[in-house]
Amino acid sequence: MTASSGTAGEARAPVPLPTPKFATAARAALADTRLRRNLRGATASLRERAGASPEPGDWEELREAGRAIRDDALLNLDAHLEELERAVTEAGGTVHWAADAAEARRIVLALVQATGAREVVKARSLVAREIGLNGALAAAGITARETALADLVVQLGGDEPSHLLSPAAHRDGAQIRELFLRGLLGAPPDLPDEPAALVGAARAHLREGFLAARVAITGANFLVAETGTAVLLESEGNARMCLTLPDTLITLAGIEKVVPAWADLEVLLQLLPRSAAGEAMTPYVSSWTGVTPGDGPRAFHLVLLDNGRTRALADEVGRAALRCVRCSACLNVCPVYERTGGHAYGPVYPGPIGAILTPQMRGVESAADASLPYASTLCGACADVCPVKIDIPEVLVHLRGRVVESRRRRPVPTPELLMMRGLAWTMGDARRYEAALRRGTRWARLLSRGGRIRRLPGLLGKWTEARDLPAPPAESFRAWWRRRP
Amino acid sequence: MRVALFVACFDDAMFPATGKAVTSLLERLGHEVSYPPGQTCCGQVHWTTGYHREAAALARGFTGAFEGSEAVVTASASCAVAVRDAYPRIARSARDPGLARAAEGLAVYELTEFLVDVLGVTDLGAYFPHRVTYHPTCQSLRTLGVADRPLRLLRAVRGLELVELPAAEECCGFGGAFAMKNADVSVAMVADKVRHVRDTGADVVCAADNSCLAHIGGALSRLRGGVRVMHLAEILAETGPV
Repeated sequence: MTASSGTAGEARAPVPLPTPKFATAARAALADTRLRRNLRGATASLRERAGASPEPGDWEELREAGRAIRDDALLNLDAHLEELERAVTEAGGTVHWAADAAEARRIVLALVQATGAREVVKARSLVAREIGLNGALAAAGITARETALADLVVQLGGDEPSHLLSPAAHRDGAQIRELFLRGLLGAPPDLPDEPAALVGAARAHLREGFLAARVAITGANFLVAETGTAVLLESEGNARMCLTLPDTLITLAGIEKVVPAWADLEVLLQLLPRSAAGEAMTPYVSSWTGVTPGDGPRAFHLVLLDNGRTRALADEVGRAALRCVRCSACLNVCPVYERTGGHAYGPVYPGPIGAILTPQMRGVESAADASLPYASTLCGACADVCPVKIDIPEVLVHLRGRVVESRRRRPVPTPELLMMRGLAWTMGDARRYEAALRRGTRWARLLSRGGRIRRLPGLLGKWTEARDLPAPPAESFRAWWRRRP
Repeated sequence: MRVALFVACFDDAMFPATGKAVTSLLERLGHEVSYPPGQTCCGQVHWTTGYHREAAALARGFTGAFEGSEAVVTASASCAVAVRDAYPRIARSARDPGLARAAEGLAVYELTEFLVDVLGVTDLGAYFPHRVTYHPTCQSLRTLGVADRPLRLLRAVRGLELVELPAAEECCGFGGAFAMKNADVSVAMVADKVRHVRDTGADVVCAADNSCLAHIGGALSRLRGGVRVMHLAEILAETGPV
């Protein structure tokens, strides 16, 4: 993340990775045969798990209830957040508000430094990724130990997560074994590359970290406003170690994670495990409220991050993305994600949901962020499985509109803008259209050989890189219609 | 019934045989077919690519061209989606309640819906002695929800051997501008689609949308795949030797 050494007390911004456009990043991913095989395997097995457990009879009603709960939480977000802060404070915790990533880094760093700890244990947190926390901690000389198995693999590999739920979906057993042999103290050289053995090696490594840790940093799946409770779902039990062993517990969450009441979890805890992994319930569901004397952490801090979320909330169409419960179902069914993996989508939020979240949180000025809404065929498979009914294709098209509007404001129009404007002008009148149709047909027939066109010029050349186009017949439909008896 | 034919602009230029087939099918069933001459492009490509102002202008032109039609029928599933599903959104984004009302006033049907639901026919007396597989395009399958209507129409065709396409519901990778903007991913997707098509041993792969067929067919043609693409309507219009 960052190589610069930071002064203590100051949260250095991680050096931003130069992110390429989706198409450029995807090209490299498509050529990585091992990655392709690992992704095919990971998405197929997750789809299979989701398909193997029967859907409850009221699944559609549950989805509709989930949508309504998340929508209500978002539309009254200010009130719920104030209630949450009151409840957390009453329970002995402290709420910190961070407007952006830099402020969140400063807050967390100051909290860790106040304890004097040189090492923290971390449970899964996407917000920690979003704010570049590990880099900021490292710059201040603090070691972050990832405790979720897949995050540990990502950390040892020095790369980024590629899946919301299985951050190491791009790695296979043999690669994980190599990373463990290099990075885990005490991993035996004859370590097999089977899951059970790898998990055993990780457990031995992690146990030592848990026992020594004084500070833990975690994420949260939900924040219940009425009681000030944070809720986290996981399969390993490592997050629960983070929640219970250290003295200081710091939980990071986006402001959109709030739900009004415990009763809302009745619905959400049915939707999330099933959509995430085809399970009726996730193996570990932990919830914690403030501090309890003599039991667990003695200090609890909840850091609530905005970082573009209120801007997304102000967008009537785009705000649907904030309903997301991070289940990953949209990634597992996405034909684009299955072939490119998560890294092509840039940092933190991959797949269809990332393609609608990232441009809203970061804006569409950079070419990389502006390419994300176009990283989809709009096939709609994601919308069909989303447990909170986010119409991802609708939001994608909406954000494409925002990209185009931002490009219209530039002094020099893009070639695509000129082409699309010209096309619309031509199509705006039947006579103009017909004249262009006749010219285009003549031109296309000149380019063709044996009834097919093998190379087109300009922007259309991308089509003929790997696909032919049939030569248009000499007579269009409308010409035929006109001479029909 | 009086049917106003909506021929997608790419069908008009590239695949006129589809419009001719729809005309002959509907006339064979005793309906009066018209072709409103003011029609050009529904604006789908502009809308899905993000050119929403241009899409609104085209949508206004389209609703004007078809105003007062009893039933509008198209052989392009994605264009049917554009008018039925996207026009209300286009009107909202352009803050044009007049466009929203005009769109609401149009009864637009995708061909297989019109045949099966409105006309209530599945057997069109077609004869097509070939091995055929069917690709349910994403817009037919997920947005329109045509379900098994195309298959019911195909099963009624005499001589036709219908074979199931593996992983049929997976997108072919066309996606309009996606095929150019993300050409590499698009090609990776169509490569798998072509593999599945060839695995069926079919002579013909059909669908209810020529845009996806142009993509699958373009890849098959480049690879000399030995399978041809055909719009469903053209199969249904085949009557063979009488």
